Amino acid sequence: MTLELKGIEKTVGEEVHIHPTDLTLEAGSFNILLGTTLSGKTTLMQLMAGLDRPTGGRLFVDGRDVTGMRVQDRNVSMVYQQFINYPNWSVFENIASPLRVAKVSESEIKARVGQMAELLKLSAMLDRRPSELSGGQQQRTAMARALVKDSGLLLLDEPLANLDFKLREELREELPKLFADRDCVVVYATTEPTEALLLGGKTATLHEGRVTQFGTTGDIYRTPKDVISAKVFSEPPINTATIRKHDGRITLGAVASWDPPAHLAAVPDGDYELGLRPHHISPVPGEGRDVKIAGEVLVTELSGSESTVHIRVGNETWVSLSHGIHAFNVGATAELYADMRHAYYFGADGALIAG
Amino acid sequence: MNKTVNQKAWLFVLPVFVLVAFNAIIPLMTVVNYSVQETFGDNTFFWSGVLWFEEVLNSERFHDSLFRQLMFTFSILAIEIPLGIAIALTMPRKGPWVPVCLVLMALPLLIPWNVVGAMWNIFALPDIGFLGYVLNALGFDYNFTRQPGDAWFTLILMDVWHWTSLVVLLSYAGLVSIPDAYYQAAKIDGAKGWAIFRHIQLPKMKRVLTIAVLLRFMDSFMIYTEASVLTGGGPGNSTTVLSIDLVKIALGQFDLGPAAAMSLIYFLIILLLSWVFYTLMMRNEES
Repeated sequence: MTLELKGIEKTVGEEVHIHPTDLTLEAGSFNILLGTTLSGKTTLMQLMAGLDRPTGGRLFVDGRDVTGMRVQDRNVSMVYQQFINYPNWSVFENIASPLRVAKVSESEIKARVGQMAELLKLSAMLDRRPSELSGGQQQRTAMARALVKDSGLLLLDEPLANLDFKLREELREELPKLFADRDCVVVYATTEPTEALLLGGKTATLHEGRVTQFGTTGDIYRTPKDVISAKVFSEPPINTATIRKHDGRITLGAVASWDPPAHLAAVPDGDYELGLRPHHISPVPGEGRDVKIAGEVLVTELSGSESTVHIRVGNETWVSLSHGIHAFNVGATAELYADMRHAYYFGADGALIAG
Repeated sequence: MNKTVNQKAWLFVLPVFVLVAFNAIIPLMTVVNYSVQETFGDNTFFWSGVLWFEEVLNSERFHDSLFRQLMFTFSILAIEIPLGIAIALTMPRKGPWVPVCLVLMALPLLIPWNVVGAMWNIFALPDIGFLGYVLNALGFDYNFTRQPGDAWFTLILMDVWHWTSLVVLLSYAGLVSIPDAYYQAAKIDGAKGWAIFRHIQLPKMKRVLTIAVLLRFMDSFMIYTEASVLTGGGPGNSTTVLSIDLVKIALGQFDLGPAAAMSLIYFLIILLLSWVFYTLMMRNEES
């Protein structure tokens, strides 16, 4: 099925939770809602599911208006951040529950639950209760329950957030396989840009109840439409600063200056916003990193094979993420080298100046 | 790995031992002491073995009070637990009314027990009490000081009024701790009121309900103050439950031996029944 949001909005009292949103999610597509906590991911999902009524706009499934339709009539399933299963039912009964509601025959229930259990590696624990399972297995059960019925819309609200690192990676690898060959619209909410990149599909960046950009995940990452989308889709946060174009040079306060790229030649002189991802600035020069930026070291973090250095650049705090161990003393001045070929330039309205 | 034996560690445990000894073990042992001896004036004691236990266990009087006690406890459990859950389900989960409801619910629990008894005694008097007067005016022949049935009715009503709140508060705590997502998931599955209660709320409330049942069981099995102020065990012996009977034997008749034996039996019954309740309710949890 295809899900279409036309001007969907949600206000509670004076507060706008979701600004009018247009979004078309195609059949068989994998869509990621990327945004921080309280950016409106869950609200938007609940509006899509019909768990919550929009205060404006219409919702269409395959061109049919379903705005007022009850959630149980809509053929949706949802997986939550918490592991939601029926506490006093066995894993088998939990997975079977949507089929029982749909009055599927006993033999088919057996076959389909068995198949799902196989796929999600739950075959050995079908007789157990959720409380006897590990967190990962509980979430697998919840996923099996959501997948066992052929729902048209499958919503996953940060399903991996409550799992520990290892289980999260394991399940994340399996996820795309589970949704392949399905006709349903999958919507996956996450706060982590890395997770969005690993999962692929399409991404909608969300910021304060507004979808700022929607498109193929890789494209959105490479070409953010505006400074907000770039901020949402960057981990660690993208470095920003106000720069000035003047006399054919770009200056970043008194810190650095460099030649503008070709696509900036035509824009008039003045102030612009610069965006540079943390991995394009490093303590080691070379490979295009030719703009020296010096600043006071605020924080350094060494994690295995990567170094993170926070320095003060003008009024901003910049982060550099680089391979190898680079130790700096807090309070000292660090010299970092930026690759400005990868920099984004945003106009006064925040929109990207296309390259 | 070698374990190091540090005898000094006992010193740290000693305060607890002393405390428990003084507040539990030593008083209990005095009772044990009385229960196996015949006591005369001037503190003269004679060994009597299990005589008092035999006497108590064979006495019809004890059987009767034990039966009344069981009747009372199971009646109030059968009323208070479902009623408490029902009230908790109707209470708001959020909003300005939550604190109001909670305070109203906590109110009966804050009243001293003997005051509860006195309150209900006056409230139920057939001539001047509001309840008694209204019931009689409505044509019921109600007099709790004379008719055993009315006495039981009043006693149970008083206990329900006094203690249902505890069940409500515990159930409510269990209910509000259920994440919203459970209700959403149920909605997606098309589950309705009863199914949600049966398959989500009740299983999720199981632990607090176990505590509620245990607390209400133990407390009601030991009821003394309210009942003693309300009916004093009467009319006749009709509402003489175990603890009232025990006080009559121990302080009324000064039969220290039988009273001590009865105390121990009483204690063991509570212990045994609590264990049975706990095991039954937690049976599925551990399998």
